[in-house]
Order: sequence, then structure tokens, then C-alpha cells
Amino acid sequence: MDRRETLKSLLLAPLASGVIASTGCASSSSNQTTAINWTRLPTTYSYGRTEAEKLTDQQLFAESYFREHELVTIAVLCDIILPNEHANGGALDAGLPDFVEFMVKDRERYKLPVRGGIAWLDNSAVDRFGADFINISEAQRLSLCDEIAYPDVQDAELQPGISFFSLMRDLTLTGYYTTALGLEDLGYQGNTPNVWDGVPDAVLQKHNKAYETEWLKKCVDQSQRDITAEWDDDMNLTS
Amino acid sequence: MAEQQFDVIIVGSGAGGGMATNRLANAGLKVALIEAGDFYDPAADEQRTQLRYPWESPRRGASTRLRPFGDFNSCIGGWELDGEPYTQKGDTEFMWWRGRMLGGRTNHWGRISLRFGPLDFKRRDIDGLGDNWPIGYEDIKPYYDKLDKLVGVFGSNEGLYNDPDGFFLPAPKPRLHELYYIEGARKSNVPVIPARKSILTKRINDQRGVCYYCGQCSRACDIHADFSSGTVLVYPTLNGGQVDLFTNSMVREVTTDNEGRATGVSYVNKQDGQEYQMRGRTVVLAASACSSARILLNSKSPQHENGLGNNSDHVGRYLHDSTGASRAAFIPDLMERDIYNEDGVSGMHVYTPWWLENSNLDFPRGYHLEIGGGMGMPSYGFGFAVNQYNQFLGERVGGYGNQLRDDIRRFYGSRLSIACRGESVPQYSNRCELDPTVVDEWGIPVLRFDYQWTQYEIDQARHMQDAMEELLEASGGILLGSKPGAERDYGLTQPGEIIHEVGTTRMGDNPLTSVTNQYGQLHDADNVFVADAGTFVSQADKNPTWTIMALSWRTSDYIIEQMKQRSL
Repeated sequence: MDRRETLKSLLLAPLASGVIASTGCASSSSNQTTAINWTRLPTTYSYGRTEAEKLTDQQLFAESYFREHELVTIAVLCDIILPNEHANGGALDAGLPDFVEFMVKDRERYKLPVRGGIAWLDNSAVDRFGADFINISEAQRLSLCDEIAYPDVQDAELQPGISFFSLMRDLTLTGYYTTALGLEDLGYQGNTPNVWDGVPDAVLQKHNKAYETEWLKKCVDQSQRDITAEWDDDMNLTS
Repeated sequence: MAEQQFDVIIVGSGAGGGMATNRLANAGLKVALIEAGDFYDPAADEQRTQLRYPWESPRRGASTRLRPFGDFNSCIGGWELDGEPYTQKGDTEFMWWRGRMLGGRTNHWGRISLRFGPLDFKRRDIDGLGDNWPIGYEDIKPYYDKLDKLVGVFGSNEGLYNDPDGFFLPAPKPRLHELYYIEGARKSNVPVIPARKSILTKRINDQRGVCYYCGQCSRACDIHADFSSGTVLVYPTLNGGQVDLFTNSMVREVTTDNEGRATGVSYVNKQDGQEYQMRGRTVVLAASACSSARILLNSKSPQHENGLGNNSDHVGRYLHDSTGASRAAFIPDLMERDIYNEDGVSGMHVYTPWWLENSNLDFPRGYHLEIGGGMGMPSYGFGFAVNQYNQFLGERVGGYGNQLRDDIRRFYGSRLSIACRGESVPQYSNRCELDPTVVDEWGIPVLRFDYQWTQYEIDQARHMQDAMEELLEASGGILLGSKPGAERDYGLTQPGEIIHEVGTTRMGDNPLTSVTNQYGQLHDADNVFVADAGTFVSQADKNPTWTIMALSWRTSDYIIEQMKQRSL
């Protein structure tokens, strides 16, 4: 069975009811389990790559790094950081687990911090609530996140968790805001042919700024942009 | 391949090589253009990175070893190339970027196009350091003038003596954060003027399009509205029968005859791994300052035992790069912005030229300021430390959940940054030379770098840091990060890092202290020329590309004239 398909059927126990089988077998007898699903990201891309780059990316996609338990934990964390219940979707709609998996494989320096961070989180969950992070209740998960979501917390015991959560927050936000959902959420207007003609007037007023006449004389008259440039001998543009 | 005799063999297709190719082919000469990388067409979909959304890359534009400036950047090459190492002497940490593609590094530069001024050619007269150029501004001005019209550059005539006027296209209007900077700079009595960049804000001919403001020159332009050597200078020569382009070809050496004159080059075809000879009446090296020096040093013969052009032992010496330092600030007045498309042209619309000439400073040579900020397209790294500015607002940093969306929008476009680019003082002891033991994958000896900044550059960086702090605060900014002090050389970039390396084959009238004459012609072999930044005696605080092209054009005119007179 394709590993990715398996993951889609992995179950989360909402209560502290033991560690879920790493095979992801969906035959749990508990009726208190929920599946975690996310949008799958493509594994082939075409955006102006050299042969060497194509090979590198193929190798990255073929590489298996995370165990299923780890990937589910990543999914749960990403979902907490940027929930799906929003008009512009959230981390799972944006395929964050796949993105995080790719970036961690792409950047060697992320591998140990993410693996170790998940293990730290599980250890802490077991200590406090008797089960791995994904197998404790949602309220318990949030209470643990509350302890590690703020870098100003001084408790030395929590520092590894704080570092890990900060990294996961960075990856989640960057992964979401670089998708179509994220650009929509942000309201980004660019990456398209247009004619820049300065800051909109209403914005200038709001910021108490204005273009000076002398400066504007140096600027392009966009109605003349397609007229071929000509100059006089004194370097003055005449067209 | 049947051996063919070319009028000119040009090594390298970047700014210098592209210009020489364009001018010499235009004059009717038969040209071979040799490029170590592949052909490149930014409009071809299989090579295009422009106008792609971040999700079209699995890493959303993050940098890779193969594309250190991000994986949508168009420059194929980088700090490290497989099979082509370079080494360091002692504790040198020189960074060497090599482009491997048609157009070379003109595919990724910022398009900042600054003429050197009259003072920049005569720095020794002013501060007693280094050497004067054998030419002055009046010698190069006609070429800058022609270059402005042929290639196109926007800017403004300001009447500044050492930042000369030009035949400029009109400038784009400043963005909002740039208006904040303008106001701040004026409070500090620091000048700020429109940027000068080779991007077509207005039509200059029927072959190239007019900028459509995607802000992505670094991804190369499908309508050739930005300057890159490939699209603007080389393409127009490829269909006239005057130019034979050899890609994926790595030049090993310039071959010479019994008189010590060049007969052509030998090169490795990277696809079949075989070595080939090419014959030419003249050879123009434009492989980049360090690569051209390497070729010369590797061109050993009984007539040139120390390498071609190296009787003076000056090839590789006086290597110098621009200095650099940077700082950023959070502008609270730019929180909660109305969102509109302000991609604009690539990078800054305004800049500050060096403003303290003739001031009593404790370091020589100047620098200029490049301004950054705005509501750019998100790519990898966007959203990192999402609400770190909360620390300045008395609010808590961190957290999770949908309020992070509010933080993202609240702080989007509220950052203002400054990058300084300054002039270093060339040193005889700063050099690249052949490593005695290391070769590349084709068995060609590689370069070893030996380079240390002096106190001049460190003192300049200290001044940069003070100036940036003052300007960012005057612009309404709260400074980010900590100010680097003496223990970090005031944030001075590593040598080579700014990718403005010049000086390795410097020009001069005295063959004992220079490698070429004022036309880039080797003192030791009259049919070999250098048309890249190797000939620079000093690099000014100006980005070198515009001067590389002006000098290459001047060299090309000289070659044409000498051939007419049958001196070549």
C-alpha cells in the first residue's frame, strides 16, 4: 500500500487511550478516534530547472525520512498553529505536512531539531498526561502548546520545546503563505504585468505623504512609456 | 571539427564579453564566443522562472547550493560549483561566485548602473593610496553616453560631479517605504535621488519590451526589458552569421606562438570531455576578473614562463571587492497597510549616493546606500518570526492560531532596510594565484585566494553602521537586531561576497606595475585583450557593470581600429 495513502487514514485518538499503531491500520475499535487529512502536494515540478536540479529534487522526493508517527504529529501541530476552520483554509488545506517533510529533507540542519522536537513533545505529553502528543486529548495538547508557544518563557526545562514550536510556527506560516490560499489570505496583488504609477492617493494621504513636483518631473509619464526615447545633446529626454 | 580561423575569440558572455561580441560582430569581424555554461532563454518555458508563484517550487523559492540566491533566481552558478573548486591561503575567506550560462552574472545582478565619476579614476591624487587609472572620466564618458542609449538605463540628472548625469530613461515613482526613507534622509541632511538601473521604463527600440513592473529582474525578463548580456547584446548577433557561439566550453589556456603572440585558445567541451583548439587573430578574455586571471596564469609557454601577461607578476594581484554592510528597522507607521500591487521594478527605486566627499573622515573612499522594503511576493522565509515586532508594542511574541493571520497582515511591508556598498583600497598582497596542487575535473589548476581586508575597510564599515542607524531612526524606524561592533568588523561582508571582484589584470602605462594598457591590451602580447573588470585599477563605490561595458566597448573600438591599420 502506498505510504501516503496509509497516512491519510491514520487515526488520532482524542483521549488518552494509548499510542496509535505506527502501521496506521484503520481498524481501531475505538469510536473516539478521528482521522487527520491534508491536501497532498505534487511531487513533480517544472519551473526552469537544470538537469542537476531535477535530479536533486527527484532524490529528495524519493527519500524517506519521517516515520508515520512523526508526520502525524507534524500534521497535528501545523493544524494547531494555523487551523483549517477559516474562509481561506489553514495548514492542512495548504498541505503543510508534505511541505514540512520536503523542507526538512531539503535542509539537513532541520532534520535533528524536528525529530528531536517531536520526541521532546511526546516525552512531555507522556510525563504530564500519560500518552504521546497525538494520543492525548485536544485540550491536553493545547495546554502543552500553551507552555511552549511563547519565547519569553524562562523555564529552562521548556526551552527545547519552545525552540521546536518556534521552528514549526515558522515553517507553518511560510508554508501556508506561499500557497494560493495564503496569498488570498494576505491579499497579495502582485506577480502580474501592470503599470506602476506610484502609491495610490488615498494611501499617500493616510500616511501624510505626497510626491513632490520636482521629484515627479524625474519620473516616468506612463502615457508615454511606449514612445521611443529620444534625447537632446544636453541629456534631456525629449520624447 | 575543421579548424577555423576567427578574427576574434571572446571568452565569456557576461557584461564584458557580450559587449565585445556585439560591437565586434557589428563591425563585420568573425567572432567566436565561448561560454562555459549553457544557452539560456528566459522566455523559454523550460527555463523560465519569471512570473511563477511560490508554490510552483517545492521549496517556495528557498536557496539551494545550486541557486544560492533562491531557486527562482535566474543565475545558474554559485559559490560552489561541482568539479570546479577553489582554495584559500591561510585564514582567507574569499567568496567567489561564478555564473555558468549565456550572459553570465548579468542574469542576477541588481541592474544598478552607475557611472564612475571623475574622482573615481584619480583616487591616488586625492588620498595617496593605490594608483590612478591611466585614463580619466573624459576618456570613458563617450562610451557611457553610447551605452546609455544602446542598453537603456533609468535615472535622473542631478548635476552631481562624481555621480555624473547620463542619457536616462525616466525613473519609477518611489514606493511608500521609500517616501519614508526620503523624509528621514532629508532630516539627516543626506541626499537621496532616484535609483539608476538598466531597466526599460520607456521603449528604446522595437526589439525590446517595456518594463511591466513584476519586480523580478533577478528571474530574467521574457520581454528583455531588463539588461542581461545574453538577451540584449548576444542574441542580436546570433543570426547575422558573424558569431559562432560555443556553449559548455571551458577555456584552459591561450595558446601562443614562438614570438609569444596568441594563436587562439584551447578549451574543453564539457559535454564530451575532449579538448579542442581554436585559432584566432586576437583573443579577448572576459571570463570575469578571476577567471581571466586564471586563464592567463595557466597559459604558460617558453615565452611566457610565468603565465601570459605576467612578466610583471601582477596577474591576480590587486584583487578587490566592494565592501558591504546592512541593517534593517521596523517602521510602526507602516503597520496595517492597505494592500496594493507595489512590485515595481526589481529592488530599489531610490538610493543615496556617497555624500561625504571632501569631508574630514578617518577612512578613505566612500560608499552608497541601497534601500529595501515593501510588500513583495511571499517566498520561503515569509512569516518567520511572525510577530517579533510585538516586542516593540508591549505585546507578547509567539502564540498560535488564527490571530497569527492578523499579525501577518499587520506587519506586512513594515520593514525598511539599508545595504551599503563601498570602495575598498586595492592591495598588492590581495590576490588570486594558481594553487600549486589542486586541479579541477578537467585537470586545470585552480585558483587559490589570499585576501585580507585592511583597517580602511573596517573603519568604513563602522561609519556605515552609524549612518544606517541614524537614517533608519530618522525614517521612523525601530532598529532590528544588534549593531555589530569591532568584534565582528562592524558587519563588514566577506571579501568576494558582494560579487564586485575587480583588479586582477589592472591597466596602466607602466608594464612593470600593470598587466594591460589603457585599452585592456596585454603589455606582453599585443593580440590578447581583457574586457572584464580585471582591468579596473580601483572599483569606486559604484557597481562595476556599467564601467565593464563602457571599457569593453572602448577596447572593441581599439581592436577594430588596430585591425584596420593592420597592427593586429
